[in-house]
Amino acid sequence: MQSLEGSAGATASAGVTSEAAAVAGRQSRRKKKNGGVTSDKTHGFRLWLLIVPFLILSVLFSYLPLFGWIYAFFDYQPPIPLTESEFVGLQWFKMLVQNPAQLATIGQVLANTFAMSGLNILTSFFPLLFAIALNEIRARWFKNRVQTLTTLPNFISWVLVYSVAFAMFSTTGMFNQLLQNLHLITEPIKFLDSDSHTWLKMLMWGIWKGLGWGSILYLAAIAGIDQELYEAAQVDGASRWQQIIHITIPQLLPTYFVLLMLSVSNFLNNGMDQYFVFQNAFNMKHIQVLDLYVYNVGMGNNSLSLATAISMLKSLVSVGLLFVVNWLSKRTRGTSIV
Amino acid sequence: MKSKVAVSVAPSMRRTRGEKIYNVFNILFFVVFAFICVYPFYYLIINSISDNAASAAGQVNWWPDGFHLENYKQVFALDGLSTAAFISLARTVIGTALTVIASAFLGFMFTQQKMWRRTFWYRFIVVTMYFNAGLIPMFITMKNLGLTNNFWVYVLPAIVQPFNIILVKTYVESIPASLQEAAEMDGAGTMTVFGKIILPMCTPILATVAIFSAVGQWNSFQDTLIYMTDSKLYSLQYLLYTYINQANALAASVKASAGTAMNVAALATQQTPTSIRMTVSVIVVLPILFVYPFFQRFFVKGMMLGAVKG
Repeated sequence: MQSLEGSAGATASAGVTSEAAAVAGRQSRRKKKNGGVTSDKTHGFRLWLLIVPFLILSVLFSYLPLFGWIYAFFDYQPPIPLTESEFVGLQWFKMLVQNPAQLATIGQVLANTFAMSGLNILTSFFPLLFAIALNEIRARWFKNRVQTLTTLPNFISWVLVYSVAFAMFSTTGMFNQLLQNLHLITEPIKFLDSDSHTWLKMLMWGIWKGLGWGSILYLAAIAGIDQELYEAAQVDGASRWQQIIHITIPQLLPTYFVLLMLSVSNFLNNGMDQYFVFQNAFNMKHIQVLDLYVYNVGMGNNSLSLATAISMLKSLVSVGLLFVVNWLSKRTRGTSIV
Repeated sequence: MKSKVAVSVAPSMRRTRGEKIYNVFNILFFVVFAFICVYPFYYLIINSISDNAASAAGQVNWWPDGFHLENYKQVFALDGLSTAAFISLARTVIGTALTVIASAFLGFMFTQQKMWRRTFWYRFIVVTMYFNAGLIPMFITMKNLGLTNNFWVYVLPAIVQPFNIILVKTYVESIPASLQEAAEMDGAGTMTVFGKIILPMCTPILATVAIFSAVGQWNSFQDTLIYMTDSKLYSLQYLLYTYINQANALAASVKASAGTAMNVAALATQQTPTSIRMTVSVIVVLPILFVYPFFQRFFVKGMMLGAVKG
């Protein structure tokens, strides 16, 4: 709150100053070349005033929430206001590591988070391969159609993905009915309401949704590769396979590396949409990633303070990761990624 | 990709046997994957217009069985669906318009060298891309600001988007500065320069921003989940989510709880839970499918610009 009032105050006073300065500025601007200094300053200030409303929005929705972190040090039970809540210091942080049951849950949640992020990173070269393979096909209309159709899932929400999953894989869904009508199975298979291979299933949905889209950047990069490289290789008798290995892939590696670094820095941020829509009583144990856990603790159990503490740790670690990754990138490639 | 022609013609003359076999598998893979990407949407559409009994029996897999629009009529009569559709439409239109205007304006303003502490304020905005207070602090803040159960929570936080601002700024920087100087020489103020010169020239990048923002607004679901308890403010995505879960409950013959579930249950006598679910899904995905062919050409542009650093 402090920062908000501070900035609002600054705005008000700035307004007064500029009003006065504007009059003076208007006169001096006519002969800009001589009286340049003051008029430029006023002009610059008035330019700044124009963007103040947007700066306020940024403060409200990006900076102000940071002050919400103080709730992690109180026992906040809405609707009791923060001012009447008990200050508990680091109690919530201690609880995370001291309470064995809590520790076990956190351990499982971290395992899920690491598994999902790890699997995503392990499969992060799929879009690259997808782009290279698609580029090998000569018919342009085919390439374009494939690109159009495979990008589509990227533009639908996770809710809709879940709806699709439900239509296809629920106990009354298309697959079960098809298999039953063909008398291959008698009992419906529980694809969604079970905890078998949860991590793998989530990975597959992620790939279904993102593979086509992810390959677009690589396809654009391939189009940008200097054609003389290929021509020279052909003169030297390189096969298509050799051209891929020795030209295309090395040329795509910088792009791949940047994306890889970004996904490493987002290691803890799986997002919650996907896991939230797919979660149910059966797969809860293996689907609850950190983001979903924060939601479930905070909004489900109404433990806002504990959830804030976890949120806070997560954000701090994420920023730390970003710094580390950026430093690594500077060390190895000479350029930063942010 | 244009230059691909030049490369592939020469070696195509003498493709080896292995390459030919590989080619067949390659094409096969893409056909199958493209099919997997599209078939679910086709499945939803044909089931929503087919005979409900056949659909419920799982007989509609390839072709529509019969044709009727009764499902759509019934679904739009459902409590809350028209409201949710309106909310989703409103947030998409208003949210997109404001984001585009703000991105264009800020992107332009941050190129104005004369602005007081320009670099500082630019970084002040851009740095917000890299940190995040977290879900719960955000919720508490919104609550304190009186934005929970308030339509504007869909729109206001999305207005200032550092990423879009970087995109526009990079774009404006590619416009010759002499244009602005010439206009100023003729007496145009900063706002005139923005409105008359910069804005019309930025249309391509603003179209990209608009499309991605509109898709984001239409698809957004988490904000309803967190900030809204008033069902009048539910978005279409969230409503679909509740319907899926209720249909799930009905299908498992678990007793339906109060509220909207009752409406779904009552409708289920004529329409099946499956038909309702699929019909609402189609309604949610249809706008995306409609605008998809038009915004496809912005993909690469959007991605490429995304790769440009700020």
